[in-house]
Amino acid sequence: MDTPAVEPFRATLEKHGLSLVRGEVHTLQVNTGFLCNLRCRHCHLEAGPASKEVMSRETMEEVIAFAHRFPFRVIDITGGAPEMVPDLPFLIEGVAPLAARIMLRSNLTAMAAPAREGLLALCIAKRVVLIVSLPSTNPSQTDAQRGAGVAEAGIAMLRRLNAAGYGVDGSGLELDIVSNPTGAFLPVPQAQAEKKFRQDLLRKWGITFTRLYTFGNVPLGRFRGWLMESGNYGRYVRSLVEGFNPCTVTGLMCRSQISVSWDGCLYDCDFNLAVGRPSGGRKTHVSELRRLPPDGSPIAVGDYCYACTAGSGFT
Amino acid sequence: METYYDPADLEKFGEIGKDAPELAKKFFDYYGAVFAEGELTEREKALIALAVAHAVQCPYCIDAYTRACLDKGSNLAEMTEALHVANAIRGGASLVHGVQMRKIAEKLSM
Repeated sequence: MDTPAVEPFRATLEKHGLSLVRGEVHTLQVNTGFLCNLRCRHCHLEAGPASKEVMSRETMEEVIAFAHRFPFRVIDITGGAPEMVPDLPFLIEGVAPLAARIMLRSNLTAMAAPAREGLLALCIAKRVVLIVSLPSTNPSQTDAQRGAGVAEAGIAMLRRLNAAGYGVDGSGLELDIVSNPTGAFLPVPQAQAEKKFRQDLLRKWGITFTRLYTFGNVPLGRFRGWLMESGNYGRYVRSLVEGFNPCTVTGLMCRSQISVSWDGCLYDCDFNLAVGRPSGGRKTHVSELRRLPPDGSPIAVGDYCYACTAGSGFT
Repeated sequence: METYYDPADLEKFGEIGKDAPELAKKFFDYYGAVFAEGELTEREKALIALAVAHAVQCPYCIDAYTRACLDKGSNLAEMTEALHVANAIRGGASLVHGVQMRKIAEKLSM
């Protein structure tokens, strides 16, 4: 098996005279759990329908109290599929007054269930920014990554969101798309991909959106497994290491966010959560934190961090 | 099994400059300039190259430009359509010579 010897990420930082430390923490990421209606092949958390890890209402109360104690500008709710978490509306209602920007990450299909009509209405009422996943404008590639029929269901949901005002100029309802590559290759620069998605979605389905983000796939969890099985691991990891761009380090998301997992424990990012590497080197519960990590405090890193610093970076 | 084509040889393309470095330099400079963003985007140029690679049936080029097309944001539907363009021209080039065949046959026939 091709598992290349990789220079440790920290050593690469040092070689460039860099260190990865916190700046001002202004974003709270809330991972509501690994329960998901899909089993995407690139998922670093290995989320799926069988996952039992789901944020409880009690933990949500502690997260809301945490967001009361500290002045976050952005609260970013993710999963799994957060829509499947029974008390998600309670969490959204609780955090909505506490930050200027509330974001909900969606795979599009989980929100489409008839029982979740009320959730969309709540998102509209609270001006929640929807960040939805659509890897490709080519349905077969979307299905290859996310499962059969996901492209069709996702497009249908995008049209529903447009009809509700999301992604429509002047509505005040922001609809952003996240596109992850559908294989062992790096993402296209964001501006270029956004232009192409805008043309394709409008031409093929009459769909509009606000902004597009391209994120590289992180070689952890199910994606790592696929890379290994398909014989792409070595080449992919080498492309991440060779693509190291020192200019990305100052803008990395982990410098300005703190991530709360479904059980209330704190991490520097969702990828450290995936490998169980807690913030500050020991498990701390959200209810215990008396101050946010100060400017200059270290961030836990691993070799998968190369995925966030390759090319244009994960910012 | 040994074959004439080894994927690892693609990375040795630069070695073609041995014994004729000036010509190789001219070629690779030209090659780089051709594929740089111009009136056509790098993505569009990679799609053309992919189609041509199939027309000339070069396994190295097919490998390189399949990767280049994906890296530059083309999707599989676009890449497949590009191949059909190459295929249509190749097929059309054969078929259009049928005009010659018919002209000659008609001259010889009652």
